Amino acid sequence: MAQVLDRKSAAKEAPPTPAARAARRRVLLHWIGVHSLAIAAALFFVLPFVFVVLTSLMNGQQTLTRDLIPTTWEWGNYTKVLDTPGFLTWWRNTLIYAGLGTVLTVVSSIPVAYALAKFRFRGQRLAMMLVISMMMLPPQVIVVPMYLFWAKELDLTGTLWPLIIPMAFGDAFAIFLLRQFLLTIPNEYIDSARVDGCGEVRTLLRVVLPMAKPGIAAVALFQFFYAWNDYFGPQIYTSENPAAWTLSYGLESFKGAHHTDWNLTMAATVLVMAPVILVFFFAQKAFVEGVTLTGVKG
Amino acid sequence: MTTHTLRSKRRRSALRTLAFLSPWLIGFSVFFAYPLISTVYFSFMKYDGFRPPEFNGLDNWTYVFNDYPMFWPALRNTLWLVLVMVTCRVAFGLGIGLLITKVKTGTGIFRTLFYLPYLAPPVAATLSFVFLLNPGTGPVNTALESVGLSPPTWFTDPAWSKPALTLLAIWGIGDLMVIFMAALLDVPKEQYEAAQLDGASAWQQFRFVTLPNISPIVLFAVVTGVIATMQYYTQPLVAAKVASGNMGGSGQIFEPGYPEKSTLTLPQTIFNAGFQRFDYGAAAVVALVLFALAMAFTSLLMRRRGGLIRMGD
Repeated sequence: MAQVLDRKSAAKEAPPTPAARAARRRVLLHWIGVHSLAIAAALFFVLPFVFVVLTSLMNGQQTLTRDLIPTTWEWGNYTKVLDTPGFLTWWRNTLIYAGLGTVLTVVSSIPVAYALAKFRFRGQRLAMMLVISMMMLPPQVIVVPMYLFWAKELDLTGTLWPLIIPMAFGDAFAIFLLRQFLLTIPNEYIDSARVDGCGEVRTLLRVVLPMAKPGIAAVALFQFFYAWNDYFGPQIYTSENPAAWTLSYGLESFKGAHHTDWNLTMAATVLVMAPVILVFFFAQKAFVEGVTLTGVKG
Repeated sequence: MTTHTLRSKRRRSALRTLAFLSPWLIGFSVFFAYPLISTVYFSFMKYDGFRPPEFNGLDNWTYVFNDYPMFWPALRNTLWLVLVMVTCRVAFGLGIGLLITKVKTGTGIFRTLFYLPYLAPPVAATLSFVFLLNPGTGPVNTALESVGLSPPTWFTDPAWSKPALTLLAIWGIGDLMVIFMAALLDVPKEQYEAAQLDGASAWQQFRFVTLPNISPIVLFAVVTGVIATMQYYTQPLVAAKVASGNMGGSGQIFEPGYPEKSTLTLPQTIFNAGFQRFDYGAAAVVALVLFALAMAFTSLLMRRRGGLIRMGD
């Protein structure tokens, strides 16, 4: 493709024959076609955000009309949402769940991923297959015994612990992603560290981890957003105690309490989406790398 | 002497492997193997969480397959979603991926815009879509009516609730776009040049150069899409709650699936059986059906030959 375009732009210097002119016109038309299609697609992806933000700034009456632009800009909707009892607690809970959970996941998944990527041992293939099976297992399949375990054996339902503690034991998706990343680090680095008399732990900490930073960043982001977005876990384990709800679960109950106030609901929605989007702008590269890693290339 | 040191060396390396794997070994036993075996156990038990479990043979199984009103609709919906939603997501993901590789100006901006909705928290995204597709005052129907169409009522019509969910799923296509984009950029340029020399049209180039090169990624997207659809929970549940106006608060019980069980999925059925009807036995049966389906598709990803995930051996 690029080659063809180069050849056509090279034609510029030659005197414009009719054929060259036609070719140039084709390139221009192609450019216009592709970009108008892209703009149309971009509108589909962006307009929902725009309407949500606009609605969040309307007064209550106007949300019941077909107006798209607020007549009065009610910035106070946002303070109203933040003043709602519970909302800040849900923020704090979500930060604890997502923050602590991410740290625990990363710390516990790294050694496992390293062993799966760089050690040779019997049952390695089986272990990898089990990791992938865990990753693909819908969480709802095991929810009944897990709920009974946390509720009856440990009496920890109504707190965030049933959501956080499992993350200290390696997350299958994080292990998979990290392993895929570690496979791309050449073995020579690790071998030469070993020859220099480095123990496995030191090799991992001093040689592998610095090179694995982008992979770790991707895993941390995915885990953070998993927890931020999780609805099912909080619904199962915290629903009995509103003081332990997270944003995703709380947001739905917020809609329940304000069932006619679309403006407040949309303001709350913006407040739940905003951090995710903000973090994305600072960490675009790590995200894209992570998503690509989940693809097939090892 | 040498065999002795060799053996102790081997043992040391086995212990080392075990030490590195230990977090996962504990996690696997406590959060995968144990609950899975328990689920099988509960599927043969009458258990409501209060009275002690009581063996009841295949009663839960015959109940779920013959008399539990939510099982078959949930399975049928899952099939619909697998066929339509997964197909649409892969087709649009590939389309947007292709488009972005052709865009020459503002690529970064377009890529960001296409990717962002994927990040929107599902509850927030669903709330937004219920609002946007609101039949009376939503901007989508307002727009459709203004061009003279009579728009559907989306989340309140059993025939349109799943298409509405599909629209929401297409909106969040950013992950597939990125995967396809990476795959498309990896197709060897020489193959396109050779095809052009042979006079292949744009379609022929796509059909005979692009598609064969990216077909493993397409298959990967389909299989992971199917597995994600099996786990589909938050969006249909939140959409049904908000659209029905029954949020399940203050003593109300929310029967999932509104309208007319059209948004019911297998995970919701497990939740309904276990945590709303307190019939843990029936919940375990549905869970095992879901497990069997998910594992059947997972095995496609992992087959020794033609498996889609490289094991590195």
